[in-house]
Amino acid sequence: MRLTYFLNFEQNKSIRTNMQHIVIIGNGIAGITTARHIRKNGSDDAITVISAETDYFFSRTALMYIYMGHMKYDNIKPYEDWFWTKNKIDLKRAFVEKVDVRHKKLLLHGGEQLAYDQLVLATGSKPNKLGWPGQNLKAVQGLYSYQDLESMEHYSKDLKKAVIVGGGLIGIEMAEMFLSRNIPVTFLIREDSFWSNVLPQEESKMISRHMHEHHIDLRTSTELKEIVGDANGRVRAVITTEGDEIPCEFVGLTVGVSPNIAFIKDSEIETNRGILVDPYLATNIEGVYAAGDCAEFRQPNGERKPIEQVWYTGRMMGEALGRTLAGKKTAYRPGHWFNSAKFLDIEYQTYGWVFPDPKEHEADFYWEHKSGKVSLRLRWDKNTEKLTGVNNFGMRLRHHAFDKWLKDGRTVSYVLAHFRDALFDPEFFKRHEQAIVDQFNLENNTHIQLKKKSWQRILALVS
Amino acid sequence: MSQPDPSLSIANPEPKDTDALQKLGLALAGLGTLVLFLSWGNLPIPHTLGLILAIGGILGGISLYSYRFYMKQPPGIKNNGVWFKSLINRGVLGWIVGVILTGFYVLLYWYPEMIGFKPEGNEGLVAMFDPLSQFFKSTSASQWFVYGTLYTLAIVSLGVKFLFKYRHSTYQIKRTLSVMAAQLLMAYLIPEILAGLNYNDVTTQEGEYLGYYNTDLKNTWPLDYDFFYDWQLDAMQEEAYQPMGVLFLIIGIAMFLLVTPILTYYVGKRWYCSWVCGCGGLAETAGDPFRHLSSKKLSAWKLERWLIHGVMVFVFIMTAATVYGYFWNTGEVFGLNIYSTFQQPYGFLIGATFSGVIGVGFYPMLGNRVWCRFGCPMAGYMGIIQRFKSRFRITTNGGQCISCGNCSTYCEQGIDVRWYAQRGQNIVRASCVGCGVCSSVCPRGVLNLENGPEDKRYDMPPIIIGNDSIQIDV
Repeated sequence: MRLTYFLNFEQNKSIRTNMQHIVIIGNGIAGITTARHIRKNGSDDAITVISAETDYFFSRTALMYIYMGHMKYDNIKPYEDWFWTKNKIDLKRAFVEKVDVRHKKLLLHGGEQLAYDQLVLATGSKPNKLGWPGQNLKAVQGLYSYQDLESMEHYSKDLKKAVIVGGGLIGIEMAEMFLSRNIPVTFLIREDSFWSNVLPQEESKMISRHMHEHHIDLRTSTELKEIVGDANGRVRAVITTEGDEIPCEFVGLTVGVSPNIAFIKDSEIETNRGILVDPYLATNIEGVYAAGDCAEFRQPNGERKPIEQVWYTGRMMGEALGRTLAGKKTAYRPGHWFNSAKFLDIEYQTYGWVFPDPKEHEADFYWEHKSGKVSLRLRWDKNTEKLTGVNNFGMRLRHHAFDKWLKDGRTVSYVLAHFRDALFDPEFFKRHEQAIVDQFNLENNTHIQLKKKSWQRILALVS
Repeated sequence: MSQPDPSLSIANPEPKDTDALQKLGLALAGLGTLVLFLSWGNLPIPHTLGLILAIGGILGGISLYSYRFYMKQPPGIKNNGVWFKSLINRGVLGWIVGVILTGFYVLLYWYPEMIGFKPEGNEGLVAMFDPLSQFFKSTSASQWFVYGTLYTLAIVSLGVKFLFKYRHSTYQIKRTLSVMAAQLLMAYLIPEILAGLNYNDVTTQEGEYLGYYNTDLKNTWPLDYDFFYDWQLDAMQEEAYQPMGVLFLIIGIAMFLLVTPILTYYVGKRWYCSWVCGCGGLAETAGDPFRHLSSKKLSAWKLERWLIHGVMVFVFIMTAATVYGYFWNTGEVFGLNIYSTFQQPYGFLIGATFSGVIGVGFYPMLGNRVWCRFGCPMAGYMGIIQRFKSRFRITTNGGQCISCGNCSTYCEQGIDVRWYAQRGQNIVRASCVGCGVCSSVCPRGVLNLENGPEDKRYDMPPIIIGNDSIQIDV
């Protein structure tokens, strides 16, 4: 008993002497997942997570719900505050001004220095500003950080009208936020319908219709030319490329985000738009890594963009990097693409790739419910018949099913025949699979028969 | 598009203006409530007219208001401004309503004469319900008849509101229709009609009282903790009440011995807690706006497990002593007086104080499921089945969770649903009442209530899917 105690003690001591200090800059999903997975994989190294934004990790995707009154800041923190002490993850509120990779130390705002052995850059993004006149006026902003939310709240007082520029996910979120406070929204988008650079036409039209239903003044094929300020330096109107002047007291700029990497620009860490990394998320400097929105892959993964700015990819990079830093070298190898969103009341999920237009070798099928709020799109390879992607709106589908079917190279007929295994709508919801298969059979001259839902098959998908 | 609310900020930003019909609805409901208070104050309102105004005003007013309020908006989740409102965010209004509710329960249980219950002739609030009681069973109203009527009115009228609010979800619609019907029929109409037909609560012409037994089918032991009390068992065997009395005895025993474990095995405890139960019915309808107030802390979960199982053990011991006392007619067990040692403390502490005063009175402070989560022995009993031997689970949809926290926030049972969802794990928890709101409020289609094989119910994948970086060693 006593001897074992001493042996363990000795071992612990030897680990201690090798203990490293891992510093993670950024407490978003990528940085925090990295920290958690270093611990999960058994490492005893000291971990410090630095953030200038908030004391604790919160779900960035949920910021909108604070403004809308669905949740409070405390509700969007995925872990209680004791979690970090319990897992020996030190949280430090500070702003990193410079990274000195030669001496392995960080220079913090206020003059403090912090030494590291391994460094993870997970600093996320910044909203884009594309050089419009007046873009730095008061009440002109994007929505990314907690501070952006505070600023939005601040400028919402006495706000009679808001203009949002740029038709993506953050744009429609911002519109939904203002609507929740009864503030009219005019939405300027460059494309001819909402998010049509990502969504196929029918889905894009569906969301555009739904925006009208919610009284959003959607101006398609319209771009921002200039933002005009008042005497106090606050926006008072925008002018479109068509020359229309729209009075407003707030402008939301939601034309995408860019890696937040200004503070390392004059370090020796190699950057392009983002921080350049190899498949192990390692930068050109030994012991310095990058993950999440700010990382740019030298070699993109398949159809994925070199910079992935999605919650899920930030998490997956963190999972891989956490293992590497715990001594189990692991490359970031994302599986089949998936994503989701909610456009006002319409939920959206996607598995595999569905581009706005089918690629040359792809066939396409689209079904839409007569309500105009539920739809399904399938894409498959014309030659092999293998499914390549699915878009579902107003209908929930099982991630496990599509991940496995895509991995196993299942044909579109197989997928439709087994569609009931993939349905994830709540009990008693109206089912559409028969209508979908009927239309598919009609259009493609096939005789696909729906199989009954099988729990045996569903459980086999999970393993 | 309507004009913006000038008082924006944190005040009370209603999504739409209140139109004339909504105002009419509010006025009707307000009038109905006012009549209740005025009659309590012994204002001489004709009883029948007062009753019609009160019940009709509240039911009609709430239905009209919520119809207009929700039907003006597209179907979908309606949680805008939840954390800004005083009534449902522990603000001034919340405290006022909490004190009124709590006070009402205290009077109801211990000072019924203060709301007008007088055996020699009712006054005030209770007297106003005399015509309705006379209509059902030719006796004047008791405080319990008043309570039962108002309770049913709350579930039905605020159930209508819930139906409009969640009209996009067939699960929520069916579940709510079920609790409304269960309360209206099983807890209210059938018992009153049975009493009217002289199957219960009868006083003979000679003035002999034949006894009372519980005729609310769904009020099952151990929630109905006095099911085995001697007065109840005697009444069920009373000759004049047959065949109903014995039928209720047999059904009552079958309910907890067979129906409960079997249904809980197949669909989870939700079949009871959020589809049938009266406490659950009130929590899901009148209590729905308070659901986000439940504590999600780990410490609250720890407290919950001690409390609910403590109450459950208490009711088991109390019932064992009661049954022993009934058959051996001792009045004592191990030298302890059964009434004063077991029944009286349980009735006072648990039956009245916990389930009534705290359970409902504290809705605006602690959320709508305090009793169901921390106290109810029926929930404790079914929880054990649900946790260890059931086909029910909330399935997590692979890697789609964004950790937003809507599920945890709106879980009335205080389950930190997100804790499981964000690691791709199914949710199997004793306390889940299967209301389905986590699944409804999830913006990414992550959660689904399902009944499936027990095998892999606890599925905890070694990695969250979608990431092939990590290979699983099988």
